[in-house]
Amino acid sequence: MSVNVEQPAAQPLRAAAFAPGLAFRRFGALIALALLIALNLAITPHFASEQTLSVNLTQICTIVIVGVGMTLVIATGGIDLSVGALMAIAGALAPAFFTGKLFHGGNLYVNIAFSIVVPVAVAGLFGLFNGWLVSRFRIQPIIATLILFIAGRGIAQVWTNGDLQVFKAPQFQAIAIGRVLGVPFQVWIMLVIVVVAAWVLRRTVFGRQVLAIGGNPAAARLAGVPVSRVTCLVYVISGLCSGVAGLIVIAMNSAADANLIGMGMELDAIAAVAVGGTLLSGGKATIFGTLLGAMIIQLVRYTLLANGVPDAAALVAKAVLIVLAVWLQQQELT
Amino acid sequence: MRLRFSGAGGGVVIALLLLIAFGAWRYDGFLGSYNILTVLRYNSMFALVGLGMCFVIMTGGIDLSVGSVAAMSSVVSAYASPYGWVAGLTAGVGAGVAAGSLNGFIISKMRILPFISSLAVMLAASGVGLLLANNQTVSASYASGFTALGQGNLLSAFKPEWVDGDNAGWLGVALGLLFNFPTPAWIALVAYIIGSVVLNQLAFGRHVLAVGGGEEASRLMGLPADRTVFLVYLVSGGFAGLAGVILAAQFGAGQPIEGIGWELFAIASVVVGGTLLTGGKGSVFATLAGVLLLGLIFTILNFENGMGWVSLSAYWQSVVRGAFLFVVVILQTRLTKSAPA
Amino acid sequence: MAIEPLLSMRNIDKRFGNVAALIDASLEVRPAEVMGLIGQNGAGKSTMIKVLNGFCSRDSGEIAFAGRPWAASSPQVAQRGGVSTIFQEINLIPFRSVTENIYLGRELRNRIGFLDWRGMYKGARDLLAEFGVTVDVQAPLGEFSTAIQQMVAIARAVSFDAKLVVMDESTSSLDEQEVAVLFQTIQRLKSQGVAVVFVSHKLDELYKVCDRITIMRDGRTVAVAAMRDMTKLQLVATMLGRDLAEVRKQGATAFSAAATAAGEELLSLDNISVGRRVSGATLAVRRGEIVGLAGLLGSGRTETARAIFGADPHKGEIRYQGKPVEFSEPREAIAAGIGFCSEDRKHEGIIPGMSVRENLTLALLPALGRSGIVDETRQRAVVDRFIKDIGIKCASPEQRIRELSGGNQQKVMLARWLCMDPRLIIFDEPTRGIDVGAKAEIQKLIRRLANEGLGVLMVSSEIEEIVEGADRTFVLREGKTVAHLDRKDTTEGALLNAMAHGATA
Repeated sequence: MSVNVEQPAAQPLRAAAFAPGLAFRRFGALIALALLIALNLAITPHFASEQTLSVNLTQICTIVIVGVGMTLVIATGGIDLSVGALMAIAGALAPAFFTGKLFHGGNLYVNIAFSIVVPVAVAGLFGLFNGWLVSRFRIQPIIATLILFIAGRGIAQVWTNGDLQVFKAPQFQAIAIGRVLGVPFQVWIMLVIVVVAAWVLRRTVFGRQVLAIGGNPAAARLAGVPVSRVTCLVYVISGLCSGVAGLIVIAMNSAADANLIGMGMELDAIAAVAVGGTLLSGGKATIFGTLLGAMIIQLVRYTLLANGVPDAAALVAKAVLIVLAVWLQQQELT
Repeated sequence: MRLRFSGAGGGVVIALLLLIAFGAWRYDGFLGSYNILTVLRYNSMFALVGLGMCFVIMTGGIDLSVGSVAAMSSVVSAYASPYGWVAGLTAGVGAGVAAGSLNGFIISKMRILPFISSLAVMLAASGVGLLLANNQTVSASYASGFTALGQGNLLSAFKPEWVDGDNAGWLGVALGLLFNFPTPAWIALVAYIIGSVVLNQLAFGRHVLAVGGGEEASRLMGLPADRTVFLVYLVSGGFAGLAGVILAAQFGAGQPIEGIGWELFAIASVVVGGTLLTGGKGSVFATLAGVLLLGLIFTILNFENGMGWVSLSAYWQSVVRGAFLFVVVILQTRLTKSAPA
Repeated sequence: MAIEPLLSMRNIDKRFGNVAALIDASLEVRPAEVMGLIGQNGAGKSTMIKVLNGFCSRDSGEIAFAGRPWAASSPQVAQRGGVSTIFQEINLIPFRSVTENIYLGRELRNRIGFLDWRGMYKGARDLLAEFGVTVDVQAPLGEFSTAIQQMVAIARAVSFDAKLVVMDESTSSLDEQEVAVLFQTIQRLKSQGVAVVFVSHKLDELYKVCDRITIMRDGRTVAVAAMRDMTKLQLVATMLGRDLAEVRKQGATAFSAAATAAGEELLSLDNISVGRRVSGATLAVRRGEIVGLAGLLGSGRTETARAIFGADPHKGEIRYQGKPVEFSEPREAIAAGIGFCSEDRKHEGIIPGMSVRENLTLALLPALGRSGIVDETRQRAVVDRFIKDIGIKCASPEQRIRELSGGNQQKVMLARWLCMDPRLIIFDEPTRGIDVGAKAEIQKLIRRLANEGLGVLMVSSEIEEIVEGADRTFVLREGKTVAHLDRKDTTEGALLNAMAHGATA
């Protein structure tokens, strides 16, 4: 018999002494964002312009898209280090389709459709590999995804022989730089993914099961949650998101460089997730938080850049932000 | 102290020997002193980083900052190198220790997950390195003897002439290895010996393993868990700093953008060596074997390309390394499953 | 003649939040005596120990040890002061060798400052020999049985020159011989002038080894007496706060309501084996009956229960509703109409960050989904119904489940299975860690459910629950079914005999 002493209930509602803390927790990210915007309005020239908004939004699109997949993975208590590598694979594969290298001739739009569907699907398959390692072999997510982190980019590099593929394919590149209602298409993609993911997490059986697994995997299994299947699925989703992000990157740059696509993306995504309020141990996640987190980190970087501070300093600022955000999160919990 | 070979720990040594045997059989000059010494020289940096990582992982933690810290330290040491190789060495290691202490403080006092903290330190060190170097490389001093730390052979001054000659024979080859043994390899070797002694003969080393094997239980036993955790990250930073010094010395310049992927190479080496990622169990020398194993893959690829039969780009090395890690990880799960509960 | 006490704890108050765990509690131990400490779960005995060894602080009261005021800020400090505690959970490190587990924190060193391994190996061997344990001290601790690990823990605690050793439920994973060795150790400690506080819920052991006993109830110390001045029945009655005559008449649990006749067979196990612990478990459950599964800790009850539910693999035949079944995952058993209430709700039951509503409907979720989307109206209706039906006390269905008391958490767990409308529910220690009031409610509820046709398999360590609640009982001993008792044959004596000796006579 284990020591299962009746530990009386903790106070149901926080005492008034920490009420400001409660508000901060819920809206902390929003408050921080608001402060940053206010600061910039004050000191940064030409801040309040459509140009600024556009630039900043496009910078975060890929991070947010990958971050959404990352949020789901982290919600189950896992982590996905392979996202950058999967981006590279998708980005390296796509040009083969829309430049007509793989299928000579044929309808341009069919080629473009292939160049979108196939790379994303391949990335999803690699995500399935990750999920399989984690759920079937019970390998720690950090190690399981480490394998593709190391080997995945190499696969992309082998496929392209490390060569830079430059292209001009305006119909394909429209997915990133085309504009709808004046807003770049990639921003629309990002928003749709964010809204759909947030809704799925909040309102579907799958979403609630994801959070249950992160909250207490043993209990979830005993309650009949299909843990293996759900776990595999979140890694597939992360892979798919990485695939989409990879396509956007090459579309933006008119070039596919397997050496560079998605470099450092895993850290950017994790940072956005952490700053946004998702618990890294799993069980509690917010997709909108990831969006806010990415915005905050980007805005800090922009604030520094626009005011003449070297870009390298933004790295230090990002580091401080992450530690601060996580530390504040933890204070709430205890 | 009885040697207990955990299943995977012994396995990596066997795999290493097999790989060496394969290379020796297939390629000319694989076992030649030139090749051996080059491999040792180049992988010394990774060996050092792997050693620090081994200690960190034994406490159940992880240190993602080692690559960036090494890069930053290479810059710092390059700046200090004109004032003497001692200055360069101390400055580099010192920078690493500073970064490691920050990491250790955040983890042990602020109670932030090692993954997050070391991620932040990684970004910060990268930024600091770039800022200090003004986004360029920083030349390291040759005159002060600093670069000898990376490029030299420690005992070469004592080498008799005949050892390198054609009539040297087996004795000559053996002595040649000794006298031509690269300085960075000596540094790494000494570090590993010290590391092994600390792990097995000092209370601190046992505490490291204890904390990894059960942090709560360690606390209840009265072990200074916080201090132990702080120290392993300090040490990891210090070794990363030392690796940065060797980086600057070997290549003649401090490079703020280097170090990418080092942490994952180190983690892979440690895992391949049989140390458990969850902590509490590990071997210093098995990590060394892991470093050599993964490093040899690069060498073998070069040789394979040299043979001209296949043209395998250097990109294959990461694929092969990843595949190795995959195999090892699967094997480890099989082994821990069949072990008694 | 008054004997100067070694330990004197008086007027101890301790609150956790707004619930009082200790109210004016006291504990007094004389030098070289063995003082038993007993009470139901939640009576305060664990909290008392924690206050003593510095695990948590007290709100008020005085503690004096060896004639001086006592203040320990942590178990390590307490240990240095002469009070060693042996916890129920083995707080040692399985990967480390036996020697290290004994010496960690006070390693022996040789002259150059390095570790003196030879000295430590010898010291470990000698220390364990005093306890009659001979093992390879260089091997990792985790390679040995729980019993050996427990002995190492005891050896470590005792070797710190303690004047008072607290043993908190230390015998839970020991078999008869090992318990005998432990008692010999306690006697040896006594002869060396060391006092022992022996916390246990096993009456026989208390009577065998203790000189005096302190009984706690609802946070207070309600009685202190010499063992020989108190009969078992008196002890139980005092512990429960019940009138002696009433206990004799009504029984100690709330299971006393009449049982209805049982229906057709629902579940049957024929000599199944599970892992290494269970090698021949046989039992059967019919509709509408409560079947008790009794046995000592380590006898394989939980393993058997988990195997039925598909949580662990097994060998041998399990028949459900007349047909052989092979559940490889819990969700298959759930789909067949089986529910399972784990004994460890903290680690295997509740999702701490989620609300009462989500925890309650977790297993039901797939059924509540329309094309994958949760039907929140139906969900709320289900939750409201069961909160009322079972009497779950919470601020609202949205309250975080971890804020509820143990009893209410358990009710939510129960509701999780009840809302699935199951045919069979397996309860593993349904009333563990719950206050007396909630206990009674849950016991009444289980009886009511059985009367309504539910098949119940109840694993319990509380003899009264088995004696009064079970219509039939199977007793497991070391992984095998050794007894099958009908209600009229299920007496405390028969049960204890079967659990201890494997025979009911």
